[in-house]
Amino acid sequence: MQDGYTTADGRKIGGVVMEMKNITLRFGGVVAIENISFDIREGEIRAIIGPNGAGKSSMLNVISGFYIPSEGEVWYRGEKRPQMRPYKVAQQGIARTFQNIALFEGMSVLDNVMTGRLGHMKSGLFAQALWKGKAEAEEVVNREVAEKVIDFLEIQHIRKTPVGRLPYGLKKRVELARALAAEPKLLLLDEPMAGMNVEEKEDMSRFILDVNDEFGTTITLIEHDMGVVMDLSDRVVVMDYGKKIGDGTPDEVRNNQQVIDAYLGVSND
Amino acid sequence: MAQTQSGAEGLLSLPALLKRNATQFANSPAYREKEFGIWQCWSWAEAEKEIEALALGMINLGVNKGDFIAVIGRNRPTLYWSMVAAQSVGAIPVPLYQDANAEEMAYVLSHCGARFVVVTDQEQVDKVIEVQDQLHQFEHLIYLDPRGLRKYDHSQLHQYSHVQDQGRAARDEFMPELEARRGELDYDSTCVMLYTSGTTGKPKGVVLSNRNVIESAKNACEFDNLRLDDEILAYLPMAWVGDFIFSIGQAYWTGFCVNCPESAETMMTDLREIGPSYYFAPPRVFETQLTNVMIRMEDASNLKRRMFHHFMAHAKKVGPAILDGKPVGFMDRMKYKLGDVLVYGPLKDTLGFGKVRVGYTAGEAIGPEIFEFYRSLGINLKQLYGQTEATVFITVQPDGEVRADTVGIPAPDVEIKIADNGEIFYRSPGTFVEYYKNPESTADTKDAEGWVATGDAGFFEENSGHLRIIDRAKDVGKMVDGSMFAPKFVENKLKFYPDILEAVLFGNGKDRCVAFINIDLTAVGNWAERNNIAYASYQELAGHPKVLQSIAGHVSAVNKSVAEDPMLSGCQVHRFVVLHKELDADDGEMTRTRKVRRRIVEEKFADIIAALYDGSQQISTTTEVTYEDGRKGSISATLSIGDALVVPVAAQKVAAE
Repeated sequence: MQDGYTTADGRKIGGVVMEMKNITLRFGGVVAIENISFDIREGEIRAIIGPNGAGKSSMLNVISGFYIPSEGEVWYRGEKRPQMRPYKVAQQGIARTFQNIALFEGMSVLDNVMTGRLGHMKSGLFAQALWKGKAEAEEVVNREVAEKVIDFLEIQHIRKTPVGRLPYGLKKRVELARALAAEPKLLLLDEPMAGMNVEEKEDMSRFILDVNDEFGTTITLIEHDMGVVMDLSDRVVVMDYGKKIGDGTPDEVRNNQQVIDAYLGVSND
Repeated sequence: MAQTQSGAEGLLSLPALLKRNATQFANSPAYREKEFGIWQCWSWAEAEKEIEALALGMINLGVNKGDFIAVIGRNRPTLYWSMVAAQSVGAIPVPLYQDANAEEMAYVLSHCGARFVVVTDQEQVDKVIEVQDQLHQFEHLIYLDPRGLRKYDHSQLHQYSHVQDQGRAARDEFMPELEARRGELDYDSTCVMLYTSGTTGKPKGVVLSNRNVIESAKNACEFDNLRLDDEILAYLPMAWVGDFIFSIGQAYWTGFCVNCPESAETMMTDLREIGPSYYFAPPRVFETQLTNVMIRMEDASNLKRRMFHHFMAHAKKVGPAILDGKPVGFMDRMKYKLGDVLVYGPLKDTLGFGKVRVGYTAGEAIGPEIFEFYRSLGINLKQLYGQTEATVFITVQPDGEVRADTVGIPAPDVEIKIADNGEIFYRSPGTFVEYYKNPESTADTKDAEGWVATGDAGFFEENSGHLRIIDRAKDVGKMVDGSMFAPKFVENKLKFYPDILEAVLFGNGKDRCVAFINIDLTAVGNWAERNNIAYASYQELAGHPKVLQSIAGHVSAVNKSVAEDPMLSGCQVHRFVVLHKELDADDGEMTRTRKVRRRIVEEKFADIIAALYDGSQQISTTTEVTYEDGRKGSISATLSIGDALVVPVAAQKVAAE
């Protein structure tokens, strides 16, 4: 189980980073996720797909520690993860973006990206307010990381622009930048291409592949656009009504009858 | 100082000039590039080290004397270094347009038989790999940015920094070879080969010698008193002769600093941060900036807008005269000073022109109104006339003799004669060596005595001695009634309006003129927003009745002004159409330097032109378009044809009597 595999394009995928074991999530009487298990391996791009209301975002929230599963266990790097606050999860090297962009609208792009560095800042509030010694040195280091991310995602031209003034596609990119600034080991993307036009989707796909390739970041993403998912991901989990109905490479999933039924509907005769 | 030295003193090549600069101006900044939000700087001494390492690395890779090395990418110090490194090892740099599509790239690369290609990133690597099969001599590719290239086959790919590392490691081994090759460079060895943009036909490779480049750069530097402490922003395509002369020729001659923007999108911010003292831009850049200013003023508060218009009117009245040092009344001077504090100064600063001592526009005629706008702000913007074959300079405007409608007096050491048909010929130290592998074209253009045909028609003004360009000699024609047809004249007037991006006039051999108009999406989009006009696409906006109406107004106004010129009054636009797509270089309708290719436009849209002449009110058409990645698609549209008011020419003549 710990051995990896090699992808079609020759990338080496490592051992299991995160394993979801029999996860069930209930909100009162509603069962959002029902007994789902799957794993995420080092260096892979793992997609979670499914029709509306299938429980994809809930699953991502379980991974990110925002929801605590009603039943089941989350294993991260070979250890069972205890219940913890989301910021603790972030400190473990997991970063995410949101389906409905959650940026600080009044702050500049640079400042937003810098907030991604918060987990890496050690100096106290007082030192930062005084802007002396350690705080200053720390800012230089963190700014450098932020600038590298800005360069990587090609958003130099909006560095000083308040996020509120940016078009949707760019906001999405800024959100990715903030997540990347945290230098995550595991990156969670909640519908990174929702609402984008073809060109923006192509750009975003390129960035996701580059992040994976350049930094070796493990990526888990939720996406509606099947074309994008099938092109990007190494393995895909398919959910429907809270249940897992498929798991495998894009080709395997594409030929899975249950998946076809869930997406295209089943004829009544 | 440096300026008094000449080729005779051993400075016979750019690598020789580099060596001088690295000794004399060792600690002066030579290059700056904004990266990671900070301006990174290299002194001349540091630049020399970088170039040397790369040159050694090139020898290590097997670059031979006389090889062609193509350079593709945006303006970056590393790419400028690669050109000088290529020269150092006796190779010939060939800069290409970075937005060229694979097909254009294949043509140029195979025409010069480039063995080596230096590119910036994956995008360019992909393009070269795509056409690799057509290139028989291509061997190695050097790239700057390794991003996304990890999985590529690296048998022919080399990272720039690795090439340098290998060069440094093999310094002892290859240094004698490098010294020897540098020593062999003389005034007649080839400095660079630049491909013409090709308004007609395939691009031609213009071979320029060290003499061409160094003499032209030297003359121009002396003409404008360029100094060591000047600053320029290098943002124009590296494949363009202008950029080569300014960012390499003149920079190496005087030792001034070349600043490279962070990316194409940040150009305006970087321009403001650097505040260049020597600035160069084609008319289009000035047009775009003016459009942006006008849009922002429309959005500004009432007080600011009124202040702007009030002081701009005053600047228009006295600004150019003050700039030329002509007498201006005391009160006007005072008011101009006040305007400088309140409007002109801040505006110049916003535009990044706060420190411009010498500014040039060339490449195409600039609309007089646009030109005057910048001059009136106190920016010493001048015109020059030149071409690749002349190593830029044919005529230039001296300080104090700047006018919108002429291109100035012959540049230093340039001789000019006008042929009987009006075509301009010149001879100068900058006159190109030849068109590469094209002796017929060379013979057609350059005669045995060294006179070069420009292909432009023009004349010297009697009293001022300034050259006036009428149009491309090929484009100037006659209408049915024998009056002159000069499309540029009318097009430039149209393009002065912020909402008109491009105009193409037809009418050669016809009884009346018609025009194609491209709207400026920024300006018209902003206008639409302010007037609550909803639109979903460029096409829809371009076809909006209100847009047509306002364009018709502009065309009628232009007709009025055209009618005032007795020679060209026949060129009034009778009917026009707002095109459903922007003319684009990817579709072959424009050159990479954004000049309209008339013949192609005329062929491609023949149905629309026919409709403009046959009196129909509408025309349905389908046009093929090429996307940036080379895929083809098509758009169809029904265009309505606009009629413009025309000033009767006969009446004009009566009035003139």
